Amino acid sequence: MLSYIVRRVLYAVPIAVGVTLLVFALLHMAPGDPVNAVAGPDAPADVVEALRRAYGFDKPLPYQYLLYLGRVVGGDLGVSVATGRAVAGELAQAFANTLVLALGAAVVGFVAGIALGGVAGWHKGTVVDHLATVVSLIGVSVPHYWLGMVMVILMAVELNWLPAMGMASGDAPLFGLEQVRHMLLPVLTMAVIPTGIVARSVRAAVGETLEREFVQALKAKGMRRGAVMRHVVRNVSPTIIAVLGLQFGYLLGGSILIETVFSWPGTGFLLNEAIFKRDLPVLQGIILMLALFFVLLNLVVDVAQAALDPRMRRT
Amino acid sequence: MSDPTPLLSVTGLNVAFQTPRGTAQAVNGIDFTLARGEVLCLLGESGSGKSVTLRALMRLLPEQRSRISGRVTIAGEDLYGLPERRVEDLRGKVVSMVFQEPMLALDPVYTIGAQIAETIVRHERVSKAEAGRRALELLEKVQIPSAKRRLEAYPHEMSGGMRQRAMIALALACNPAILLADEPTTALDATVQMQVLLLLRRLQAETGMAVIMVTHDIGVAAETADRVAVMYAGRIVEQGTAAQVLKTPQHPYATGLFASTVHAGLKDRRLDAIPGAPPDLTALPPGCAFAPRCARRREACDVGQPPKIRMADAREVLCVDAVAAG
Ligand SMILES: Nc1ncnc2c1ncn2[C@@H]1O[C@H](COP(=O)(O)OP(=O)(O)O)[C@@H](O)[C@H]1O
Ligand SMILES: [Mg+2]
Repeated sequence: MLSYIVRRVLYAVPIAVGVTLLVFALLHMAPGDPVNAVAGPDAPADVVEALRRAYGFDKPLPYQYLLYLGRVVGGDLGVSVATGRAVAGELAQAFANTLVLALGAAVVGFVAGIALGGVAGWHKGTVVDHLATVVSLIGVSVPHYWLGMVMVILMAVELNWLPAMGMASGDAPLFGLEQVRHMLLPVLTMAVIPTGIVARSVRAAVGETLEREFVQALKAKGMRRGAVMRHVVRNVSPTIIAVLGLQFGYLLGGSILIETVFSWPGTGFLLNEAIFKRDLPVLQGIILMLALFFVLLNLVVDVAQAALDPRMRRT
Repeated sequence: MSDPTPLLSVTGLNVAFQTPRGTAQAVNGIDFTLARGEVLCLLGESGSGKSVTLRALMRLLPEQRSRISGRVTIAGEDLYGLPERRVEDLRGKVVSMVFQEPMLALDPVYTIGAQIAETIVRHERVSKAEAGRRALELLEKVQIPSAKRRLEAYPHEMSGGMRQRAMIALALACNPAILLADEPTTALDATVQMQVLLLLRRLQAETGMAVIMVTHDIGVAAETADRVAVMYAGRIVEQGTAAQVLKTPQHPYATGLFASTVHAGLKDRRLDAIPGAPPDLTALPPGCAFAPRCARRREACDVGQPPKIRMADAREVLCVDAVAAG
C-alpha cells in the first residue's frame, strides 16, 4: 500500500509540471506582445520595461518557463491587470469562498444522493426505487442556473426568507448563522445535479453488486442483512468514491454559473470577471490553481480506492 | 445411532420462475431423502434443475421471482415454515454450500481469513481471535500450503484450486451436518479437479457429514456417491444406490447416458451423449418430458405424467416401462 502511494505521488509530479507548462503557454498563445497582456493596455512605459525584465521576455522560452516555475513555486502568481493587486491573494480569498460553497453542496448532494441511490438499489424494482429514480432524473435534467433563479425568485423575492445575493458582510463568521443563510440558496441549487448523479451511480452499483454471486454465498453462510450490507458497501465504495471525486471537481470548477447568478465572490465569479476584463494573470492563476487541485483530487481518489480495493494496488 | 427420521427430506418440491417468456418450471415435484453421513450425487444435463434444487434446500431462491411449493425438512424442521431469522441460523451452520466458481462466490475485497472468521463469529459465541485461530486450522485441514500467510490473502491472489480449497474450508467452518456442493470442480484444471475431489471425500469420511454433490461427471459419481439421482427437466427420473443406477440404469434417459460407458469404464464420461435437446421449461409437454428424445416412446408416454415406480431393488424410476416391485 505504501509503495502504491509513493508511486502514485511520483506519477502526479509530471502531470503537475505539465499543467504549469500549459498555463505558461497560455500567455504566449494570446495574440500580441505577452508583456502587454501582463501589464495591461494603459501601463506606463517604465512599468512595461520592468515587467519585461522581470519576466525575461527577451530571453529564450525555456528560460522564461523556468523563471515562471520559480515564481509559481514561490507563491508569486503575478499582479492583476484590473485591480493591481497580487493575484495569489485575490485567488486565495476567492478559492476559499468557492471551497465553502462546494463543500456545502458536496455534503448536501452526497448525503442525499447516497441515501436515495442506496435505498433504490437495495430495493430495486420497488416503488421506493421508482420514486428515487424519478427524483434523481429530475436532478440531472433540470438546468441549475434556471433552478437557481427560480429559487431566488421564490425564496428571496416572493417569500423574503433568504438573502438572494452575495456573502454575509466581511466580519460575519464564516459558518455563522448569517453566512449559512446566504449560502443556503446557492448550495441547494448546486447540490441538485450531484444528488442526481450520485444517486444514479449508487443505485446502479448497489443493484449490480446485489446480483453478484458472493452475495448469495454470504447468505448461504448465514450472514444477516446488516452484514450483507456491510459487504456490499465495501464493494461499491471504490466506485462511489471515484464518482464523488469527479462530482466534487465539477462543483469546484463548474460553479461559474451559480456564482454569477448569486454574486458569490468565488473563483467562478473571478474567472467570469477576468475573462471580460481580459485580465490574463488572474486567468492564468485560476486555471493553474483549479488544474492543480484536480491533480490533487485525483491523487486522493486513487489512493482511497486502493485502500478500499486490494485489486487496485497492483498497478 | 439409528435415527428413523432422515436428516433431510424433500417431498413434492416444485420451483417455478417468473420470466419474460412465461413461467419456467425448473423443478417439478421431486422427492428424496438424505440420511446422516450419506453422499448423494445429482446427475443430469445442464439446465435440468440441479442448482435450483440445491438453492431451494437453503431457501436461497429469489423470493419475488420464484414460486416454491412442496416440503423440505431439515433435521425435523420445516424449512419453508420457518421465520427468516431461523433460516439464517441454519445456513452455514447446519447446511452449507460450496459454490461452483469460488472466484465469484468469495468477496473480492475481504481476506480469506476474514471471510472464514466472520462465519464462525456469526454462528458461535467466540472471540475474533479465537475465530482467527479456527480459520487457520481450517486452512490447514484443507491442505493449503503456508496456511498462516494465506489467511491474509485476497481471493485474487490465489490459484483456482487454492480458492476452491478456501471455499471448502469456509463451508466447513461450523461443522455442518449437510454440505451442498454444486459442481465443485468444474471451474478447475483437470489435474486439480482430482485433488479437490479426493479432499472432499476425505473430509466427508472424517467428519461424517452428509453431502449432496452436483456433477456432470459420471466418474465422480461412481467414486464418491452412496446414492445417485438422475435429473431431467426438473424431475428425478431415476434414483437408487450408485451401483444400481450407474451399472444397470433403467430409465431410458439414464440408459442412454451410462449404458455404453460400462465397457469403456466409468471415469471421465460426461453427460452429453443423447441426440436431441432438453425441453423448453416454459412449455413442458403434458406427458413424459423425455418422450420426444426417447427410443422406447409409446402412446402412453404422451398421455400423462409417467408414474413413479418402485422396483424390486428399491430404486425409483419415473417411466411407464419400469417394472414395479411385487
Ligand atoms: N433465478 C432464476 N430465474 C429464472 N430462471 C432460472 C433462475 N435460476 C435458474 N433458472 C432456470 O432454471 C433452470 C434450471 O437451472 P439450473 O438448476 O441452474 O440447472 P443445472 O441443472 O444446470 O444446475 C434453467 O432453465 C434456468 O434457466
Ligand atoms: Mg448448475
